[in-house]
Amino acid sequence: MSDKNIKLRGIITLVIVATALFFLIPSITQKIPSVWKDYTDKIHLGLDLQGGMHLVLEVETEKAVESAMERISNELKDTLMEKRVRFKHLDREGGAVTTLELPNKETSAQFAKILKNDFPNLDIKSSEITDGKEKVYLKIKDKQIESIEKFALEQSLETIRNRVDEFGVSEPEIIPQGKDRILIQLPGIKDPQRAINLIGKTALLEFKLLDESHSLEDALRGNVPTGDVVAYGYRVESETGRRTKTPYLLKRKTLLTGESLEDARVSISDRFGEAYVSLTFDSQGARDFDRITAANVKKRLAIVLDGVVHSAPVIQERISGGNAQITGSFTTDEAHDLAIVLRAGALPAPVRILEQRTVGPSLGQDSIDKGILSIMVGSILVLLFMVMYYNLSGIVADIALFLNIILILGALAAFKATLTLPGIAGIVLTIGMAVDANVLIFERIREELRLGKSPRAAIAGGFSKALLTIVDANVTTLIAALVLFQFGTGPIKGFAVTLSIGIICSMFTAIFVTRIIYDYFIWDRNIKRVSI
Amino acid sequence: MEIIKPGINIDLVGKMKIAFVFSLSAIIISILSLILHGGPNLGIDFAGGTLVQIKFSQETSADRIRDSLKTIDLGNSVIQRFGYQDNNEFLIKTEKSSSAIKGLSNKIEEALNSSYNKGDFEIRRVEVVGPKVGRDLREKGMLAMLYAVIGILIYVTWRFELRYAVGAVIALLHDVLITVGIFSLLGKEFTLPIIAALLTIIGYSLNDTIVVYDRIRENIKGIRKQSLKNIVNSSINQVLSRTVLTSVTTLLVVLALFIFGGAVIHDFAFALLIGILIGTYSSIFIASPTVLVWESISPSKEKRKK
Repeated sequence: MSDKNIKLRGIITLVIVATALFFLIPSITQKIPSVWKDYTDKIHLGLDLQGGMHLVLEVETEKAVESAMERISNELKDTLMEKRVRFKHLDREGGAVTTLELPNKETSAQFAKILKNDFPNLDIKSSEITDGKEKVYLKIKDKQIESIEKFALEQSLETIRNRVDEFGVSEPEIIPQGKDRILIQLPGIKDPQRAINLIGKTALLEFKLLDESHSLEDALRGNVPTGDVVAYGYRVESETGRRTKTPYLLKRKTLLTGESLEDARVSISDRFGEAYVSLTFDSQGARDFDRITAANVKKRLAIVLDGVVHSAPVIQERISGGNAQITGSFTTDEAHDLAIVLRAGALPAPVRILEQRTVGPSLGQDSIDKGILSIMVGSILVLLFMVMYYNLSGIVADIALFLNIILILGALAAFKATLTLPGIAGIVLTIGMAVDANVLIFERIREELRLGKSPRAAIAGGFSKALLTIVDANVTTLIAALVLFQFGTGPIKGFAVTLSIGIICSMFTAIFVTRIIYDYFIWDRNIKRVSI
Repeated sequence: MEIIKPGINIDLVGKMKIAFVFSLSAIIISILSLILHGGPNLGIDFAGGTLVQIKFSQETSADRIRDSLKTIDLGNSVIQRFGYQDNNEFLIKTEKSSSAIKGLSNKIEEALNSSYNKGDFEIRRVEVVGPKVGRDLREKGMLAMLYAVIGILIYVTWRFELRYAVGAVIALLHDVLITVGIFSLLGKEFTLPIIAALLTIIGYSLNDTIVVYDRIRENIKGIRKQSLKNIVNSSINQVLSRTVLTSVTTLLVVLALFIFGGAVIHDFAFALLIGILIGTYSSIFIASPTVLVWESISPSKEKRKK
């Protein structure tokens, strides 16, 4: 091999190391030109290192389908009444199935026609005819269900993004997972519970009239009048701290929802200094509210949030300004968060927390410190061991190892990979395993030397014979690491990433870089003895 | 410096029987331990539940913590010291997950406030895993192991021969089983990082095995007059120095991780520590001898002289 070749390989190495340093240095020091910062990024730390919250939510998309069915059933009812088709017992039968009864063949035919023309999204699931009466079970078409569910997930994502943005978290990550899950990463969050309340609240705001013509006591005993529901309101007495529960009998029909809101703000009442949320309707909402209040003066209108009655004031007079208030015993924070969720809009379906992991910032810092200590101690031990065992060749391996660490960290920064605690463990492990390639080569060289070969031949033989072994051995580890990457979440993925990067970098430094050093000494300096 | 002298030729294959007996008993003990404990001791990652890590500024005890949490219904819970004694860190683990207890960490904080001074403790970590996610992760973890094994089987078959692949896979199942067994015996928990450790052990054990296989393959081409048994034995001896060295360097760093890495990854480092020891052992005593056993059951097509 000629001198020129060594130069070329040296230059390649320099370029690669320089590139790694280019990406790595911004993570080490801030004292660099801002142009540099523009093109690079600091190594991204996982939540387990910088602290924060990891949440996995499940959107109960089936609930979105149910409410779609509720809506369609109401439309169907109106249409049938409008077209004077006789029917009985139109009811939503748990879940997303609606049933109704048609008294005779004629109505059955009319119904079938309406269904075909006006309700293309409905399917007859089954029907049974007894004494000429037909009982029909309706369901939403599968394709439509799919799109409702998809929409529910998208809408939830959008809403949660808005809420998190308003809450003020830097670099949040909100991504869909599978058909109905949302992964949320909130770095540096201080009050996890508050964030959970904010994100997880459905925030379905509804205005419903109280049914004052029926007896509440009767309804509580189980005789809920048709078209009515029982809902509860809660109040915390400020003096005793006791929570009281008040039942209300409400009309099922929702007059207005949070969708008609334009804005929601926190205000503090003059008289008691209590926080409340003032609502502003959009123009259509304001008109609706005007109409509703005008038609129901002296009746009580309940403000229901996620099924809980917040207040049920008596409508004193027609309200035309398009403003309303939600009062209740809120703390200022609660009122503030409620305003956020109302502004961001309701979730199309309730969400359930499947997984929550929160790491405090102090534990994160602890882990970073301990991780760095482990890397240092591990590296020093390995560096010393290699020099002890292989003398000057050990130093060559140590140079390779040092470059390897720079390359790994540079690659992490360049690929915007996330460094996690297991990721640090991956680096530590790679340090131990990276020298393996050199050990393989060195042992081979020793063997060749023992066979009486010249240093030149021994080194050439050692490298070429060890090469295939090194590749084979590393590919299998890489397979395990790749599987891990596919399977893993968060921290584990970080481990797979550093392990994979480490294996690839180590092959470069241990084979390519050390060879240059040997070739330089053998060809340029013409040394006669290998210190190994 | 040399740990293993050159030209060494220990009759390692001759000790195969002893090794098989040893490994078999280790595996049986592992399986027995798993059966007696009713399966592996699953952490909340897989079983679902809640984990809260609290650091106290002063010495306290698990009993005192339990006492101050009496007011909350924690269900089936464990309170234990976490990490070194002078760290004053404790873990509270319950089987219940968020659906059962909303805002558990807040409740714990409130309850602790009544018996400790505010600022005397800090909630450092909260993990809540619902049963559904636990089940998912369990399935995914098993599948990951399976895929890794299949991927390796394919690669090794492609690069070598099926009998080598079988030997390699038996060796790594051996390593994983015994590591799992030791975890079970010590009552340690299986968490996500442990699965990562097991997969790493798979990779590492294989790395070692392949180096031996490579040498066997090379020697088969070179020395045709020897019996396979002798070739295997001298191949293992030839790479013994490397096997030991790499184990030493890897153990050095894992030891550093085990001692200095902190309580959060203590078990992870521990799993690696055992796994590397067993992986080294198995690549010498299990993987290659299995090739021999396989050969004696169904000889390869290549005719070789006795």
